[in-house]
Amino acid sequence: MARIVEARRLTPVTKLFRLDAPLIAAAAKAGQFVMLRVREGGERIPLTIADYDRAAGTLTIVVQEVGATTKRVCALEAGDEILDVVGPLGTPVDIAPGGHACAVGGGFGSAALLCLMKELRARGDTTTAIVGARNKDLLILTDELRAICTSVEICTDDGSAGFKGFVTQRLAQLIAGEGPGRPDTVVAIGPMVMLRAIAETTREAKVKTLVSLDPLMVDGTGMCGGCRVIVGGQTLFACVDGPIFDAHEVDFAVGMRRSKQYVRQEKEAVERLACAATPALVEAR
Amino acid sequence: MPVKRAEKTPMPVRDPEVRAHDFKEVNDGYTIFHAAFEAERCLRCQDPVCVEGCPVGIPIPDFIHAVAIGDMAGAARILRGANPLPAICGRVCPQETQCEERCSLGTRLVPVAIGHLERFVADWERTQAPAAPLRPTRPKKIAVIGSGPSGLVCAGELARLGYPVTVYEALHAPGGVLRYGIPEFRLPKAILDWEIGVLKGLGVEIVCNVVIGKTLPLDDLFSRLGYTVVFVGTGAGLPQFLGISGEDLNGVMSANEFLTRVNLMRAYDFPETDTPVNVGKRVAVIGAGNTAMDAARTALRMGAEEAMIVYRRSEKEMSARVEEYGHAIEEGVRFHWLTSPLEVVGSADGWVTGLRCQKMQLGEPDRSGRARPVPIPGEEVTIPLDNVVLAIGTTPNPLLTRTTSGLLTTKEGCLVADEETGRTPKPLVFAGGDAVTGAATVILAAGAGKRAAHAIDEALAARG
Repeated sequence: MARIVEARRLTPVTKLFRLDAPLIAAAAKAGQFVMLRVREGGERIPLTIADYDRAAGTLTIVVQEVGATTKRVCALEAGDEILDVVGPLGTPVDIAPGGHACAVGGGFGSAALLCLMKELRARGDTTTAIVGARNKDLLILTDELRAICTSVEICTDDGSAGFKGFVTQRLAQLIAGEGPGRPDTVVAIGPMVMLRAIAETTREAKVKTLVSLDPLMVDGTGMCGGCRVIVGGQTLFACVDGPIFDAHEVDFAVGMRRSKQYVRQEKEAVERLACAATPALVEAR
Repeated sequence: MPVKRAEKTPMPVRDPEVRAHDFKEVNDGYTIFHAAFEAERCLRCQDPVCVEGCPVGIPIPDFIHAVAIGDMAGAARILRGANPLPAICGRVCPQETQCEERCSLGTRLVPVAIGHLERFVADWERTQAPAAPLRPTRPKKIAVIGSGPSGLVCAGELARLGYPVTVYEALHAPGGVLRYGIPEFRLPKAILDWEIGVLKGLGVEIVCNVVIGKTLPLDDLFSRLGYTVVFVGTGAGLPQFLGISGEDLNGVMSANEFLTRVNLMRAYDFPETDTPVNVGKRVAVIGAGNTAMDAARTALRMGAEEAMIVYRRSEKEMSARVEEYGHAIEEGVRFHWLTSPLEVVGSADGWVTGLRCQKMQLGEPDRSGRARPVPIPGEEVTIPLDNVVLAIGTTPNPLLTRTTSGLLTTKEGCLVADEETGRTPKPLVFAGGDAVTGAATVILAAGAGKRAAHAIDEALAARG
C-alpha cells in the first residue's frame, strides 16, 4: 500500500501523484519505473518514475487516462491508498557525464524528464528539455522543468506556445546549431511514434540517442517475457534489460505492433468502466 | 497387519468433459474410507526405502500407519513435522519418481499411493481448528528472498526452530511459482493461502512488493535491517525462447506469461478482472514438461477448441508427470511427437497463423541419455494456429546476482551454493531451489529450503 500525499490534475487527462514510498524513493534513479495495481483483480501497469524526493520519502508519477486502470488511478485523490506499488524496476539511464544532454518529452512523457534533468544538472551537465503538446493547455510541468534545466524548449502543434511544430523539428534545429545548440546525447520519453520520429531525426546526424520504451508488461521483473523488444537484432526484455535502449537499434515496427495485442480488450474494459461510470470509480477509491 | 491388494485405491477425479471447461480442481481427493483402505496396504518396512526417495524425509510409514488406525491428528503431526507444505506437495509432487518409485510393494505390485494419502491428511488438517500461533524465541533475524516453495519451506522450518523470519516477495501476492505458475485446477489458490496462513501462524512475516536487488540491495538486509542470515530462493523465472523466426509475432507467449496472466492475474475472469489473455481457437504449446501440460490444459479451459503439445522428442522422453499427461489426454489435448518447430508463421498484420515444423526420428542417445531426435529429410508440416506458447524451460533471474557482490553464478546463470547446506561463497548467505539448480520440481526446492534451514541453525549455533 502506498498513500497518496498529493494529487494534482495537470490537464483534463493527466494527473500527478506524489506517493509515500520511502523504500522506492531511496533507491530510484532516472529512467526506472514502478508497477502498480489499484484494486483486487486489477492489472499491473508500468509507470515511469517522474521524480523522487529521498528526504521526504516520496515518489512522483504522472498518469494519463488511456485505459480502464489509468482511469481508475486518476479517480484517486490525496489521502487515498494505492493497493500495490513496486519498484524501482529496470535499469537507470546511463549517459557519459560532462556533455550537453537534451531530453525530449512527448505528452505526459515530459513528466519523466524531471528527475533525469535534476540528476544531470546536479553533476554539472548542460541540460535542455524539449517538451511538446498539441496546444498550450496540454503542456505539463514546464515551470518545474524551467527551474532545473539549462534551457527549456516548448513546442506546440498549433503554435499557441513556444515553437510551432513537432518536437522533432525543434530537435533538428538544435542539431543544426540553433538555440541551445547540438546535444551530445538525446533521451526521449513518450509515445512510440514520437520515439521512432526522434530516432530518425538523430540517426543521420549521428547523435547518440536513447529512448524509453513502454511495451506491455505483466510482472515487470523479467519473469514473463511479454515486454520483449528487438534491439540490434537481439530479443531483450524491456523490464530488466531496459526500458532505455539505443534508439538507432530498436525495431519500432515490431514494438508498435506488439503493443497493440490487447487493444480490443482494452477498449472493452474502458467501455465497461464508462457504463458503470460513477459507481466503479467510487469503488476504486 | 498389512492387507495385500495389488492395485492402489484410485483417486476420485472429476469428469474430463466437465472439468476441461472450468478451473475447479481435477482430483476430488480421497474420502476417509479411501484413505483407510489404501493405508492398510503399507508393509511398514523395517528399513523404509520410500523415505530415502523423499527430498524432505517424511517418515512415510509412520504417518500412513496413523491413518490406518484412524489417528488423523497423529498423521497430520508427523507429516507437518517433516514438511511445512503437505497440502501442496500432496498435489504436485512427482511421487511416482520419488517415494512411490522406491516403495517395496512396487517390486511385485503397485506402490502405496503415498501422495494421495499425504494430500488426504493435509486436507483433513484444514478442517480442524488452527494451531495456537507461535512467537519467535530467538534473537537472530533471518530474511528469506522469494516466497516460492524453497523460501516458504525454509521460512517455516526456521520459524519452528524459533527464529524471527521475514520473507520478501517481488510480486503482489506470495507463493512464487505456486501462485503464478501452477494452475488452479491442480493447486487451488485456497490451498496455497491455507498453507501460507499456517506459516504465518508459526510467526513467519511476509512482505510483498519488495524486489531485493532493486527496492533494497541484499547487503542492506544485513547492514540496515539487522538480519543475521539471508536465504535466497528467487527461483528460475526467466523464460527461454527458441530463437526461431516469428517468435515476436502477436499471439506468441512464454508459458510463464500465459500462466501468469491466467493464474496470478486471473484473466479467466476478464473483464471482471483487468488482465486479458489472447486465446484463439487453436493453441500449440511447445515442450512436454509439466508446465507444457499446464499451459495446454489451461488453453482448453480458456476456450481453445484445440490445444496441442508440439515436442521434438517422443512420448517416452517427455518430462511431464504420468498423472498430468494422463489428465491432458483425457481432457482432449492432442500430441505432435517428434515435431521440431522451425518457424512461427504469421499474417501480413503480424498475428500468428501457424507453426512450420520439421518431422524427426529418434537416433543415438545424447548426453542426457535420451535418444537424440534427428530430422527426417524433406518431411515438414505447417500446423495452422492462433497461438504459440513456449514451455521450453527457464533460467534463473539475473536481477539479484547483477546487483549483489560476492555471489557466484555458473555459466547457466545458476547461483553457486553447496548442495547439502545451501551455503554460498558470500558469508551468511544461503540459497536453494531453482535459483541454484535451474528449473526443477516444487519438492526438490522444498527439500533444499529445509536443508538450508537446518544448516543456518547449525551455523548460528556455532557462532553462539
